[in-house]
Amino acid sequence: MYKQTKYLAAGDRALVMEFGNSISEEINRKIRSMGIAIEKSKIEGITETVPTYRSLMVHYDPMIIGYDALIDRLRLLEEQLESIDLPSPCTYEIPTLYGGEFGPDIENVAKHNNLTVEQVIEIHTSRDYLIYMLGFTPGFCYLGGMDERIETPRLGTPRTKISAGSVGIAANQTGIYPIDSPGGWQLIGRTPLKLYDPYRENPILLKAGNYIRFKRIDREQYDSIKEEVEKGTYKYIIHNGEGGGR
Amino acid sequence: MGSVKVINPGLLTLVEDSGRYGYQQYGVPVSGVMDSFSHRVSNILVGNHELEAVLEVTMIGPQLEFMDQMAIAITGGDLSPAINGRAVLMWESIIVNKGDRLSFQGLKSGCRSYIAFSGGIKVPEVMGSKSTYTRGKIGGFEGRALKAGDILEIDTPTESPAGLGGRKTPLEFIPEYSGTLELRVTLGPQEDYFTADGINTFLSDYYEVTNECDRMGYRLKGKNIEHVKGGDIISDGIAMGAVQVPGHGQPIIMLADRQTTGGYTKIANVIWADLPKIAQAKPGDKIRFVKVTVPEAQQLIREMEDKISAIKKACVTREVVSTRLLRLKIDGKTYEVKVEELK
Repeated sequence: MYKQTKYLAAGDRALVMEFGNSISEEINRKIRSMGIAIEKSKIEGITETVPTYRSLMVHYDPMIIGYDALIDRLRLLEEQLESIDLPSPCTYEIPTLYGGEFGPDIENVAKHNNLTVEQVIEIHTSRDYLIYMLGFTPGFCYLGGMDERIETPRLGTPRTKISAGSVGIAANQTGIYPIDSPGGWQLIGRTPLKLYDPYRENPILLKAGNYIRFKRIDREQYDSIKEEVEKGTYKYIIHNGEGGGR
Repeated sequence: MGSVKVINPGLLTLVEDSGRYGYQQYGVPVSGVMDSFSHRVSNILVGNHELEAVLEVTMIGPQLEFMDQMAIAITGGDLSPAINGRAVLMWESIIVNKGDRLSFQGLKSGCRSYIAFSGGIKVPEVMGSKSTYTRGKIGGFEGRALKAGDILEIDTPTESPAGLGGRKTPLEFIPEYSGTLELRVTLGPQEDYFTADGINTFLSDYYEVTNECDRMGYRLKGKNIEHVKGGDIISDGIAMGAVQVPGHGQPIIMLADRQTTGGYTKIANVIWADLPKIAQAKPGDKIRFVKVTVPEAQQLIREMEDKISAIKKACVTREVVSTRLLRLKIDGKTYEVKVEELK
């Protein structure tokens, strides 16, 4: 993390607060705090913020607040960050059916790492993953910290269509496809949850700075959760408090 | 309420408003019109809220049939609009009648036209916007470009079409589009990832718009822009008009449908007031970048807002020179009529 946050112009209607030049949980925590602090501060003229790995983009209306005035306000807010009461991050539970037709590459992953399929599932579900940022497509999460024991390179030939909800591994990353798309990730399972639904009140389920936890389910549970999700009656399981550890 | 039938959709005709804001943190692109100036003026001319949804037409225009009387206005690039085969003027309101057909006879200047309809286009809002985001298949008309046979519903306007006739954009505010553009930019956020030579090249050479130009971004070609150490960064946010330079050294201007985040260095950002110019650029056009400061760029936004206000004033307020009260007798009934003489 930089000793002093860098303020960089991104045109005449946005600026970037850059907190460091590496990917770390510490920097990401600061970004999350700053994002919430900005939301609470109600500084007039800020229109939206976009958190990424090591920076926060702040969009603003220069007809309401100018560049220099905005930087002054943000610096002041940064100084007060310690004293602002922030809600702790939460952990979303992602029920996942591993293997079988939904996880056709799980045996690749096991073989590549000299593990059994059971061990792959055990390792994949054994820790909480920080959502560093969303981007690429609506609802796609960049997750941190996968166990190196299940690292597996991408497929040699990408698939032309991967169904929404697919859970995969690409090198040292794990992730979930929010929409049907082509891709080269090793697919190990699928969640019946909809990470992205443009017609839902909250179109995107997950938010940067929080955590997700994969929970193994069987086919019967998968089908019943899927049905509830379709009907809009599914109760998403969100654990409050610190993620990480466990 | 009225409606408009699509006889022929043209190359790419989309319903767009000012964009889908508030969802970039979730990876949802802003979308919205490419040329915000032409968009706002078209709406002012037909008495709409200036950010109302309009049709954005790219290079080859559609053919539309009006099923009801309404006021329309066409702004932006000149694609030679005609009603029932007769050329009509752009940048002013036009009253069309039931059965009239609007067509476009060919690109003369610019790249994109905007068609506003009095009352506005009636499509559902998705995440707070009527804008079409084609890659995400959301917004606009069923999340896609218009097709032949589509019927666009038009909302009931607050003013009758007749009252909207004669609204004109004052000549001095109508932009001219040239094949050689000067785009003003502010440097950053990653200008220090480039060598002094690299920045100098970027600010002194001409860059040509390639065939790879769409609503997501315009790829340009020209002299290579030199990095200090490669063109990759840890992904961060991308603003409208960002000039991204990947490792190959050729710039890409990121536009309405750009992805929300990306991992390439951004040498500069086209200023807001000049974005309408790039929206009207087409393959083969030449661009030169000129550096300004952020406060200068923000002053230019203010000037653009003043222009919009002046256009609004010219359209909405009528200067009355004198008023007379007349008494008319028609079929035995007496009417009192107030007559205003306009300047």
